[in-house]
Amino acid sequence: MYKEICSKYAPTKDNLIYILHDIQDTHPQHYISEEAVDAVAKYLNVPPNHIYGVLTFYTMYSTSPRGKNIIRLCESPPCYIKGSENILRKMKVLLGVETGETTKDGLFTLELCACLGVCGNAPVMMINEDVYGDLTEEKVEEIIDKYRRAK
Amino acid sequence: MSLKRIDLLICCGSGCVSAGALKIKERFHTVLTEKGLQTEVNIIETGCMGPCDYGPVMVIYPEGIFYKTVTPEDVDEIVEEHFIKGRPVSRLMLKDEDKTIASQKEVPFYQKQVKVALANCGYIDPESLDEYIATGGYEALGMALTQMNPQGAIDVVKASGLRGRGGGGFPTHIKWQMVHDRKEDEKYIICNGDEGDPGAFMDRSLLEGDPHRILEGMMIAAYAIGASQGFFYIRAEYPLAIKRIRQAIEQAREIGLMGKNIFGTDFCFEAEVRTGAGAFVCGEETALIHSIEGNRGNPTPKPPYPAVSGLWGKPSVVNNVETFANIPTIFVKGAEWFASMGTATSKGTKVFALTGDIKNTGLVEVPMGITLREMIFDVGGGMVGGHKFKAVQLGGPSGGCLTVEHLDVPVDYESLKERGAMMGSGGVIVMNDSNCMVNVAKFFMEFCVEESCGKCSPCRIGLKQMYDILDRITSGNGKEGDIEELQRLGESVNKLSLCGLGQSAPNPVLSTIRYFRDEYESHIRDHSCGNKVCLDLMHFDIDKSRCIGCSLCARKCPVNCITGSREEKYTIHQLDCIKCGNCQDVCPVKAVDRIPGTHPEVKEQRAKQQAHNSHDD
Repeated sequence: MYKEICSKYAPTKDNLIYILHDIQDTHPQHYISEEAVDAVAKYLNVPPNHIYGVLTFYTMYSTSPRGKNIIRLCESPPCYIKGSENILRKMKVLLGVETGETTKDGLFTLELCACLGVCGNAPVMMINEDVYGDLTEEKVEEIIDKYRRAK
Repeated sequence: MSLKRIDLLICCGSGCVSAGALKIKERFHTVLTEKGLQTEVNIIETGCMGPCDYGPVMVIYPEGIFYKTVTPEDVDEIVEEHFIKGRPVSRLMLKDEDKTIASQKEVPFYQKQVKVALANCGYIDPESLDEYIATGGYEALGMALTQMNPQGAIDVVKASGLRGRGGGGFPTHIKWQMVHDRKEDEKYIICNGDEGDPGAFMDRSLLEGDPHRILEGMMIAAYAIGASQGFFYIRAEYPLAIKRIRQAIEQAREIGLMGKNIFGTDFCFEAEVRTGAGAFVCGEETALIHSIEGNRGNPTPKPPYPAVSGLWGKPSVVNNVETFANIPTIFVKGAEWFASMGTATSKGTKVFALTGDIKNTGLVEVPMGITLREMIFDVGGGMVGGHKFKAVQLGGPSGGCLTVEHLDVPVDYESLKERGAMMGSGGVIVMNDSNCMVNVAKFFMEFCVEESCGKCSPCRIGLKQMYDILDRITSGNGKEGDIEELQRLGESVNKLSLCGLGQSAPNPVLSTIRYFRDEYESHIRDHSCGNKVCLDLMHFDIDKSRCIGCSLCARKCPVNCITGSREEKYTIHQLDCIKCGNCQDVCPVKAVDRIPGTHPEVKEQRAKQQAHNSHDD
C-alpha cells in the first residue's frame, strides 16, 4: 500500500512532506506507522531517522492511531479572548476524552492547534477540512451530533 | 462573465463559510431554479469581503445592496421581494443607530479603506481567470515583459517604496536586486504563504480570494530576478488556498501565461505549490526553505542570506503573499501613485486583520500612517458591549501591546517599533478592560514555547523559563524580583536567539511590563488579579440578596458544585469550583460576581496541601 502511494511522487526528498500527508490521509486511522516510515525511507533512499525527524517536527503528523474525524480546536489568542477555553471544556465533556485522545468508538480525536486564520469568527475549530466558526457550547453540540449521525 | 439582470456576490471567504455561506448559496440555486430565474441571476462565489463579523454577507448588483448575517431561511424572501418585486429587504441591511444602510459603499466599515492588495477580494470570482483579466489582470505582467528589462522592473518597485508585508518590512527591491545581480543560472522565487501569526488571516484571504493576483506578482518578481521556477509555500491548514492557487496555475498554463515564451518573450516560468504540515517557525525564510527541501523546518543562521544561498543552495527571493499582491497594481497605476500613499518611510497601504473585543472584526486595508484610533474606532466600529478600550496587540506573538495613550500613533513600521510593538504581518488583537495583561502575556509566551523549534538554547530554554515565571505570578506564587528577572531573560533571548521567532518572542512580555507594570505588581504583592481573569487569584460568589433561587446556575454547573433551594438561595462550594463562569453567564438577575483574590477556604486548603507535599503542581 505504501509503495503505491510513494510511486505517485518522484523519489526526491523534497516530496517527503507530500508523501507523508498522503499516507496519513489515506490511512483509516490517520497516522503514520513504523512500516510506513521504513517504506518511505527505502523509496527516497534516505535513512529512516530523517523521515522520523521530519515526521515528529510537524504538528499535523501523528505517529499513533487516531479517530475517523480529527477535531482541531484553535488555541490562539484571538480565540482565547473569545472564550475557546469554555468550548474546549464542553468538547471534553461531549466526547469523554482529554486533549490528544481518541473516543472509544474511534469516531473523533480531539486536538488543539495554532491559529487557523479565521480569527474574525473566533472561536474556531476545524473538523477534517471543514471550518466551523463563532462557536458556542450549543453549536458545538449540534456539530458533533451531525458527525455522529453521519457515521 | 455572462450578462444577466442581477449579479449576486456571495462572500465565500473562510469566515463566511464557517458561518454557513455555502448553505445559503445552495438555497439560492434551489429557489432560483424553482422560480425559473436561473438565467437572470448570476450567482458568484467571491473571496473575503472583509467584515467577517457580519457574516455571511452578500452584495447584489446593479444596486450594490449589502446584506449581512443572512440565513438560508432568508433566501426565499430575498428572491421574492428583491429579485422579483425589486424591493430590497431592509431587514437584512446594516443598521447604524437609526439609519439603515443599503449600499455597500455607505457601510462605515469600508469608508476609510483603500483597497490595493484586496481590490478584487470579494468582488470577483476567484476561480475565474476571465474575471481577473476583465479587472485588468495580467496587464502588469505584459507591460513588464514587453516594455521593461529586469532592472527596469526592479526600479519601478524601488520607486514605489514597497516594503515586505510579512513582518520585517525589508525593502522589496533590495532583495530583488541582490538576486538579480547574482550570476548563477538557476534562481528561485518563493511565495511565503505560511501565515501563522495568531490573529492574522490576510494571506489566506488573498490566496483564496484573488489567486491570480499573487501569481502575477510572483511572475513579475521572477522576471526581475531572473528566475524561471517559483514555489508557493502554503500551510496545510489552508486547503482552500492550496486548491485555488493550483487551479490558478493550471488556468494560466492553459492560455499560455505559464510555461515557455510568455507574452511571446524569452521569459519562461513554471510554478508549483508546496505545503507545510503545521509549524509556525516555517514562516521564517530559512526554515521555510528547509521545509520545501523536505527537511525539518529549523532556521539556519544568516548570512548566508537566501539571496546568496537559498533553495537547494541557489539564490532565492522569499516574498510574502501581500507583498506580491501589491506588485501588479504598482505597475499598472505607477510607482508614484503608490508612493503618494502612506508616510515618509512606509509607503502604500497595509492589510490588517481586526480581531478580539472589537465590533467589526474582519479584514481591512488602510493607507499606512492611519492612526490606531481611526483603525479601531472608525473602521472597526469601536469596542463591543459597552466596554472600554484597554490595549491592542500588534504583530501577533512577535509584537507588543500598545495602550490608550498610543491611539494617535500613526501606524507605520518605524513608529510602532519605537514604542515596542511591530507591524508584523498585520494582526490587530483589540482587548477591552476586562482583560488581564499578565495573563495575555503568559498566553503569548505559551504559544512561543510550543512553537519554538528547539534548535537554539536561548529560545528553547529562555522562553520556558519566562513562561514558568509568568505561570508562577498568575497562580499567586510570584516573588519580588520576578519582573526584573523577566526583563533580564527577555533581553537575553532577544539578543541571543537564532531567528526572528526567538528574537521577538519576549516582546509581548516586555511591552506589557513597560505599560502595565502595576498589574504585574498587584499579582505578585497582593496575590490578586484586578481584572478577575487569573483563576487562581479570583473566585465566583453568589450574592444572596440578589439571587432569586431559580436554580439555573446549579443546573448549568458542569461539576455540580452549586447547591441550594428557592428559599435558601444558592451557594457555590468553593473547593470544587473550576471557575468556568457558566453560572455567571446564565444568571438571569446577574447575582453571580467575580471577586478579586483567592477565596479564604481555597487559600487554607492550598496552604495545607503545600505543607503536605512541596512538589504538588
